Amino acid sequence: MSTIGIKDWNVDLAEVGAIYPLQGWEVAMTVVGVIFWLGWHIIQAKRESEHLEKAKHIGDHDKVQRALERY
Amino acid sequence: MEGNLNALTTVFTEFYYWVTVVFMFLIHVGFCMYEVAASRSRNHMHTLMKNVMIIPLVTITFFFFGWWIYWAFPMFPFFGGLDLEAGAANLPWSQNMATNLDDRITGVFWAAFLLFSWTAASIVSGAVIERIRSSALWVHAVLIGSVFWIIDAAWGWHYGGWMVKYLGYHDAYASGVIHAIAGGYALGVIMVLGPRIGKFAPDGTPRDIPPHNPWLLAIGIFLIYTGFWGFYAACNVPIIAPEVIGGQITGVTWTATNIYLAPTTLGAITFNFLMSLSGGLMAAYLVSKGDAFWTFSGGLAGIITASAGNDLYHPIQAMLVGAVGVVIVYKLHFWVEKKFKLDDAVGAVAVHGYSGVVGLIIAGFLLWGAPSSPFEGYATINPLGQTAGAVIMFFVLGFLPGWGVSKIQSALGVLRIPEEVELQGLDYAEHHAYEDAKYAVIEADKQHLATRVT
Repeated sequence: MSTIGIKDWNVDLAEVGAIYPLQGWEVAMTVVGVIFWLGWHIIQAKRESEHLEKAKHIGDHDKVQRALERY
Repeated sequence: MEGNLNALTTVFTEFYYWVTVVFMFLIHVGFCMYEVAASRSRNHMHTLMKNVMIIPLVTITFFFFGWWIYWAFPMFPFFGGLDLEAGAANLPWSQNMATNLDDRITGVFWAAFLLFSWTAASIVSGAVIERIRSSALWVHAVLIGSVFWIIDAAWGWHYGGWMVKYLGYHDAYASGVIHAIAGGYALGVIMVLGPRIGKFAPDGTPRDIPPHNPWLLAIGIFLIYTGFWGFYAACNVPIIAPEVIGGQITGVTWTATNIYLAPTTLGAITFNFLMSLSGGLMAAYLVSKGDAFWTFSGGLAGIITASAGNDLYHPIQAMLVGAVGVVIVYKLHFWVEKKFKLDDAVGAVAVHGYSGVVGLIIAGFLLWGAPSSPFEGYATINPLGQTAGAVIMFFVLGFLPGWGVSKIQSALGVLRIPEEVELQGLDYAEHHAYEDAKYAVIEADKQHLATRVT
């Protein structure tokens, strides 16, 4: 068994194509990859909203003033 | 060089490695910037000098004996004696190690390996900033850069190494042979060295010591990313014919290979480098809740985790391996820091050491059964061999020497700087002439200004 479909290199390289694991599962891997990508956006956006909501209520006037002056 | 095709191939290969060396120089520039940015102002010059002097010290020792180790040690000492014949051409007094029209490759190949040596030493250097004596670090730099990493390269990163032959060890872009060993070595040193003053609260809670300059730190890590391209390219043989390899490959199709002379392509590693970088950055952003330091480092950790198999992975696999690795090493870093009160100033043990170990083990499963070598009689890649390899890299050749040598240095009182110096800052203590001159000039300018105003 070899996950890349090549058990040894006793081959003519002119006749070899893909050599990655899970050949035939490219679509499934793409689905997993897209889930990872979209999941990232969802988690990031949710966390940012929570962070901004929290941040709205923690700035006191003096600190905000100093932040403005700091540019 | 006989024949134009042979000449062209040789000169192309010579130029290829030369370019990788120039790229890899940026890794060291990046490490220097990163370390200085992570240190506090009172330690800048010392931090910089500590890392810069790694360059000459590792270079000359790698010329004197490091390169010979690579060629003489593939089977030594467990499965054979020293390969003195192969080693002879790489001794400092060999004509191959000099200007020689009959050998255009040894110089650039030696240099490519040397730049890996700097990296290994520089990884250790980052973990110990602001409290180690330079003299102590420079001994460690020579040991990791010109002895221990190159022993592991002979065993596990050489087409004839015993780990490749008997364990089926596969580590194409050095998850283990550079990163796991350097991370393990750094762990051994910081265990003996102890944390910086103020790192832990009296109740043992770790304190964050933020970088003094996050912008310099960001540029530093981006330079490391850039240099990493050269590192990846340097791990390949750019073009070689099957008859030159001399293994099982049939036909006449020339190819690029990994360090084991097994086929791969530059295209493959370009896909996988970028996808594992991306997976690492995305996972690190989430797991660290957007912390800039850990997100940047996570990109690097993503690449390192996928590096063992990035010659053969599919790009989506590289992305996911990078992402999974980062989550594991991030959690592990904070658990170890809290549990064992260890101060790893730049997260080097996690980013390099834990990532390297995790990456090796994952490669054992994902590439299970794939040939580790184009030569007959070699074990195929497998999880057990990869796990054993990870232990050899991280613990046997990394942690143990780092811990042992540090223990000796500590017993001799030459490991750590005095507490008084740590508090006032290494720059003032070691560069007082510069500081005194600076204050004197500022004072003089102020007095001059005062006379102009009145």
